Amino acid sequence: MMEITKAKARLWSRLGARAVFGQAILETAKERNDFYVLSADLGQSSGLGRFKGEFPDRFVNCGIAEQNMIGVAAGLAKDGTNVFATSFSPFVTMRACEQVRMNMGYMQLNIKTVGLGSGLVMAQLGNSHYGLEDGSVMRAIPGMTVVSPADGAQIVKTVEALCDFRGPAYLRLTGGPGLPVVYEEDFDFRIGKAIPLREGKDAAVIAAGTMVYYAKKAAEILAEKGLDVSVIDMHTIKPLDTGAVDAQLGKKLIVTVEEASVVGGLGSAVAEYLAPKKGKPPQLILGIRDCFPHAGSYAYLLEQCRLTAEQIAEDILRAAES
Amino acid sequence: MDRIRQEQVAALEAHAKHMRITALKIANRCGGNAHLGGGLSVMEAMAALYGAVMNDQSLPYEQRDKFILSKGHGVLGLYAALAEFGVMDEALLDTFMQDGSDLIAHPVMKPEIGLEASSGSLGQGISMAVGLALAAKKKGYSYRTYVLCGNGEANEGSVWEACMSAVNFRLDNFTLFLDNNRMQSDGMSGDVMDISGKYTGMLEALGFQVVEIDGNDMAQVLEAFETPREAGKPLAIVGNTVKGKGVSFMENNNDWHHNRLTDAQLAAALSELEAEA
Repeated sequence: MMEITKAKARLWSRLGARAVFGQAILETAKERNDFYVLSADLGQSSGLGRFKGEFPDRFVNCGIAEQNMIGVAAGLAKDGTNVFATSFSPFVTMRACEQVRMNMGYMQLNIKTVGLGSGLVMAQLGNSHYGLEDGSVMRAIPGMTVVSPADGAQIVKTVEALCDFRGPAYLRLTGGPGLPVVYEEDFDFRIGKAIPLREGKDAAVIAAGTMVYYAKKAAEILAEKGLDVSVIDMHTIKPLDTGAVDAQLGKKLIVTVEEASVVGGLGSAVAEYLAPKKGKPPQLILGIRDCFPHAGSYAYLLEQCRLTAEQIAEDILRAAES
Repeated sequence: MDRIRQEQVAALEAHAKHMRITALKIANRCGGNAHLGGGLSVMEAMAALYGAVMNDQSLPYEQRDKFILSKGHGVLGLYAALAEFGVMDEALLDTFMQDGSDLIAHPVMKPEIGLEASSGSLGQGISMAVGLALAAKKKGYSYRTYVLCGNGEANEGSVWEACMSAVNFRLDNFTLFLDNNRMQSDGMSGDVMDISGKYTGMLEALGFQVVEIDGNDMAQVLEAFETPREAGKPLAIVGNTVKGKGVSFMENNNDWHHNRLTDAQLAAALSELEAEA
């Protein structure tokens, strides 16, 4: 197990999600030899360079053939062995979607697909590379687990947890170098168990992935404006921690924030859960509004999609006051 | 052919005939449509695999030869073979296509009754077979991996991704049987999306060891599976077959891609098969 310290947290922040994933895989591989890692010609770009070099028998490059990669993962996983099948988020979830559906959803094989560079972090590479719908599509497949870690420390914890987790899962990695820090010391992490970060009486903000940090920042801004909000890290989008949602039913407003399409992701998962309940608070779903944003730097994109802390706070305040 | 070999081939031919009879009976009994054409074309390959080529299917995982039906709608061939050679209780065949049955129009994974994988969405099974063979290489498992795909199925690009990787991973413990019955759902493959006559060349160009045979000639099928292997190369058998093989009114008749078999038609088909010398 990798230790979580302030110094490590700062290092991971500088490295960014992909490199932290690579490091977590490498360190875990030194302690256990019960998994394979597959790539579709993106090993270097996925932070897996050192893993490839030190554990060549456990790395399989399938070339630019994501559909085949998932099927190969299935054959390797058939005896129960854990297999991480990695690529950029749209390729591993949508180019290979049917293979994910059959091999992981239907046959429940022990494969963990890893979607690197999800959300908007691919910046000037453009929409072909962004992860807008990847979480939504994975969530729609029966029997899948979908996890979106908030920061470097949580990426490490998630990788370790997925090494023990039996069954299919999608690991959605958002954020790049300069990845904001949420966890600076050890914390209890369990797949499927949300982490409350802040308790407030007026509204609840449920976030996942990089948006957990921005939700926390938005909460600080809102506190100054007289709105007291809870912040919940809902890292596991499927299965949703419905108990954590229940705990917020007394608030005036529930907000969800994700660096993903508002169609079908975290916001939809919460809304689906709340839908049949009487007397529930209204819900504000923040995220990328069912569009392909104009490409630019990561900061430009977050601003365009109203996902900066200031914009999130503005939108919550407006909804709370209306 | 020497006499022992002749007897072996004759015995397998008898099994294949019995499997055809089984397939026709359960297709009729289910009362609905069945993929008769594509099930009948693979009977020789299936009889050879389960009756001679593959090892004891009750062996532990690491030793048990694996078969993937990538051409998922070929279940009449697979279920008939599994029952014929005692891998599956033949009483299960009565449940084919009934509500709640384990046996439907495409395989649903259940290794206990010999169903290694779920399939039905064409073009995916070869990739899993590659993964299985690769796992054997990496872990020192002794099983060999066999996968059957169709000629129409070979329209799918994912088939060629899988073949490319089988060569690159040097899987000489892997065999692909391509059932070329020259037809697909909308008609003759030559009319739908024509890569007729190109399978052997494409597979050879990729780096497979390839043999092309009459896929309904049991002696040729058996010999093909026994081809001496070149080290580091996967084997492909391109079996030219007849869709609906064994029943005169079904052969090369695409009405029998997916259709209902009436009692009268069953009787006519059985009388042809049972009358065979």
